[in-house]
Amino acid sequence: MLTLQCPYCGVMAEETELHAGGEAHLKRFGPGSSDEDFETYMFMRENPKGVHFERWRHVNGCGKWFHAARCTATLEVFGTYSAQVSEPPQQIKDAITAKRPGWSWRNFA
Amino acid sequence: MSEAVSALNNAYAKGAITVQEVGPQGMITLRGDLSDAAFGAAVAQVTGASVPGQRKITHAGANAVAWMSPDELLILLPYAEVGAAVSSLNAALAGTHFLAVNVSDARALFRVTGKPGPVREVIAKLAPADLSPDAFALGDIRRTRLAQVAAAFWLTQEGEANLVCFRSVARYAFDLLATSAAAGPVGFFRQG
Ligand SMILES: [Zn+2]
Repeated sequence: MLTLQCPYCGVMAEETELHAGGEAHLKRFGPGSSDEDFETYMFMRENPKGVHFERWRHVNGCGKWFHAARCTATLEVFGTYSAQVSEPPQQIKDAITAKRPGWSWRNFA
Repeated sequence: MSEAVSALNNAYAKGAITVQEVGPQGMITLRGDLSDAAFGAAVAQVTGASVPGQRKITHAGANAVAWMSPDELLILLPYAEVGAAVSSLNAALAGTHFLAVNVSDARALFRVTGKPGPVREVIAKLAPADLSPDAFALGDIRRTRLAQVAAAFWLTQEGEANLVCFRSVARYAFDLLATSAAAGPVGFFRQG
């Protein structure tokens, strides 16, 4: 069972109070983009064993979307943070580095 | 004008713990900048209560203001006063980024009454939330799910909990609460 703290209402929400929103920090390629960029945006996803970044929604709660950093292998949660960012804040990166030195994920490390 | 009737016409489940659908209850969803002084003044003007902090509910007589999200409040006031209150909010907040909607007929309100510990248990059996007195006290409101549907609840006093949900699932919510109450206390919360 995964428990994430919603950064908007502060509730320690267990998984059944949340809705999973897939991979975090995707850059959207829409009309006018190249076929290659659109395909990558549409279909290509990270599937790591370890550090991962996701979007979640506190659907049975305050209703807000947020970001979570966690380990897919152990379910350890490194932190949750605002939806209004395009990359993880430094304190989240630091929290991951403390537990998983040398980690990387897409362009982040 | 037609007579307003609540979702279950005040259905009542009697027992050591009673569950009652109460209402019609006036409710307004108010969205905006909760930290704005003019917003707070508008809320105080129609309710007499202050803007609550995160996951809190404030009261003023029969009125209450509940924190629903960082940009949303639920205002509770007598059913007959909602129209005037929405007009007041619209006038007071004109020109700011806000939304005030009468949701009275889109919601259902329930009251669970009994001994303090068992009342907490009735909800704790149905929701993935910590209902212990240390984690959930008077003045707190919790939005979560009740089995399969979204709900929010708060204590009006020890031994009395109020719960709101969408009107469309009122029967389901009432049956959940009544079944949970009828199953009796399990003695998890040592509160009498
Ligand atoms: Zn939340």
